[in-house]
Amino acid sequence: MALMQIAEPGQSAAPHQHRLAAGIDLGTTNSLIATVQSAVARALPDENGALLLPSVVRYLPGGGIELGHEAQDNQASDPQNTIASVKRFMGRSLSDLKEAANLPYKFTDGSGMVGISTVAGERSPVQVSAEILTALRERAEATMGGPLAGVVITVPAYFDDAQRQATKDAARLAGLTVLRLLNEPTAAAIAYGLDKAAEGTFAIYDLGGGTFDISILSLTKGVFEVLATGGDSALGGDDFDHAIADWFCAQHGINTLAALAPTQQRSLLAAARKAKEVLSSNDSAPLSLTRAEGGVIESTLSRSQFAELGAPLIAKTMSATKRAMRDAKLGIDDITGVVLVGGSTRMPLARDAVREFFGRDPLVDIDPDQVVAIGAALQANVLAGNGASGSEWLLLDVCPLSLGIETMGGLVEKIIPRNSTLPIARAQEFTTFKDGQTAMSLHVLQGERETVAHCRSLARFELRGIPPAMAGAVHIRVSFQIDADGLLSVTAREQVSGVEAHIEVKPSYGLGDTEISAMLQDAIGSSKEDMLLRALREAQVDARRMLDATETALAEDAALLAPDEIKAIHHAMFMVGDMLETDAPVEELRIKTVALGAVTDDFAARRMNASIRKALAGRTMDTLA
Amino acid sequence: MSVSLTPAAARHVEKSLAKRGGGIGLRLAVKTSGCSGFAYTLEFVDKLNEDDQCFESNGMKVIVDSRSLAMLGGTELDFVREGLNEGFKFNNPNAKANCGCGESFAV
Repeated sequence: MALMQIAEPGQSAAPHQHRLAAGIDLGTTNSLIATVQSAVARALPDENGALLLPSVVRYLPGGGIELGHEAQDNQASDPQNTIASVKRFMGRSLSDLKEAANLPYKFTDGSGMVGISTVAGERSPVQVSAEILTALRERAEATMGGPLAGVVITVPAYFDDAQRQATKDAARLAGLTVLRLLNEPTAAAIAYGLDKAAEGTFAIYDLGGGTFDISILSLTKGVFEVLATGGDSALGGDDFDHAIADWFCAQHGINTLAALAPTQQRSLLAAARKAKEVLSSNDSAPLSLTRAEGGVIESTLSRSQFAELGAPLIAKTMSATKRAMRDAKLGIDDITGVVLVGGSTRMPLARDAVREFFGRDPLVDIDPDQVVAIGAALQANVLAGNGASGSEWLLLDVCPLSLGIETMGGLVEKIIPRNSTLPIARAQEFTTFKDGQTAMSLHVLQGERETVAHCRSLARFELRGIPPAMAGAVHIRVSFQIDADGLLSVTAREQVSGVEAHIEVKPSYGLGDTEISAMLQDAIGSSKEDMLLRALREAQVDARRMLDATETALAEDAALLAPDEIKAIHHAMFMVGDMLETDAPVEELRIKTVALGAVTDDFAARRMNASIRKALAGRTMDTLA
Repeated sequence: MSVSLTPAAARHVEKSLAKRGGGIGLRLAVKTSGCSGFAYTLEFVDKLNEDDQCFESNGMKVIVDSRSLAMLGGTELDFVREGLNEGFKFNNPNAKANCGCGESFAV
């Protein structure tokens, strides 16, 4: 039952003038659409009563298409023109698709995104997805009796900017207005959170047809907060089908799946999927393939054999799960519930692994195939303005990569760490490097690596008009702020004079296809190397600063030193300079820098005394007090 | 025949009026529309009409026009929180059937 709010006099809306809104789960294997009707979210069936629309499009000669089950049925007979799992190609270039050789499609290298050459001409993944979305839109409009005002489409949390943009483009092509893209696990949390008013910290384990996502969310007082996300954008139920197919090939002396004709590959994969589904409720499943050259080959797959085949894949999901838990800085005990999403979580193999890891039974009350679409529908309903005012819930997202600025030596000082919840504001103080420096160049970077060269440059701007002062005496406060829409603004402000410079950046803008995940992989793989490089660069910056300072001091106060003292200092300076020029290892550089510090210690003390004497000269104790 | 507010509803009306910066009270009315025949409306009141009846409940003024009162008599307005959602709920003894969304009813 809907709850009412007070309206201004004469402004009461007539009931049931709801704007029609829907949530769409545009899945790798299946897609579905759900909507909120009379305050209840439900998935909408097609005219045959089927909720799931297989994400398969078959292009026919002459421009027609077949979709869903119909296309799936003909997949085996016309593999080259029947596009399945198109979500995997969204926003990807041909070079990104390692599995391209194993697929029966004729790929073309389109501008930025891969193309698929079909009997009806070249089609982009965006166009193929648009066909699926169009079918869902038509289904919803027929059911609800009017045009859709807007939709929420879900995407894997791991999707980068290019993949998200491609999804939006597909929606536009299908005549849909996207209210927002929603991370799939967040949608699942909405479905559970709203229906049960649950509070706590949840792990959302989403093993779909083609993607795996793990998200750690916290639900408190109506606020969803994404604590951490992780996953693998190329791991899902399809991989289990391939594992079974490969096993079958090995059983019958066929080298690889790719060695079979495209039709045979399709038949075998379809049989493998069937066997996988059978194994969720039975102990063994038969597999057979009619060979092109005649004859039928058969095998029987047992549940334990399948468990063995699937173990490496499940292990991958569990290691991503562990990583996300680490990112969220949580232990198993902190998790109050585990939600399973995606048809593949029907596999006892997956359920057992999740149960074992978290030490509890996962939540499965809402159909794992529908839970994401239902959450999206609830969100769409609110965004379309159908929810009562004040009932909009806040959705906090995270920034996928750390943000920081360049500091001396080509290093990146991280200001907002990866996986920070949005909106966020963080500030840090920086200072000048040279005496009398009046301008500072700020370089905003994104990435996990320690050096500028390995991170992605987002923007550069300059702060001018810094009052001239000694190096290190100026305080420049650099503030990073990311609003709820992911818009980053960076402000640099000199604290004394108040001079300020400001820039706005869209952090994910223009990030290439796999860059985010590649950058993360890269950072994990090279963290040790980075640490060493960072240490070296820091030592170099220290050494250079020491050289500069000593040079300035010598120029001003050489008179305070005896000739052999000056010689000793020059020698120490030369040693340090030499180390810098030859990029000497960090330990040696540090030793020489410390040595330079030691010879100049006494000099520094004398300078200090001299300047104090100068300052005090001619004054009495009275004037000082 | 009167119309009343629960203490929670009265508190929320008071808060809403304060936030709005003025108003006499809360108007409850019934319109003929919606899927079950009649629909509730809930509005702030700036001026009274001739056929308005005014009730005091938990310190707040509730205004109902006489035509609506025929169908609202005995109604208690509650303010509730359901999950993440909060709002007013009509407990109307005259209503025989509510539609699924709760915005309209039949007598």
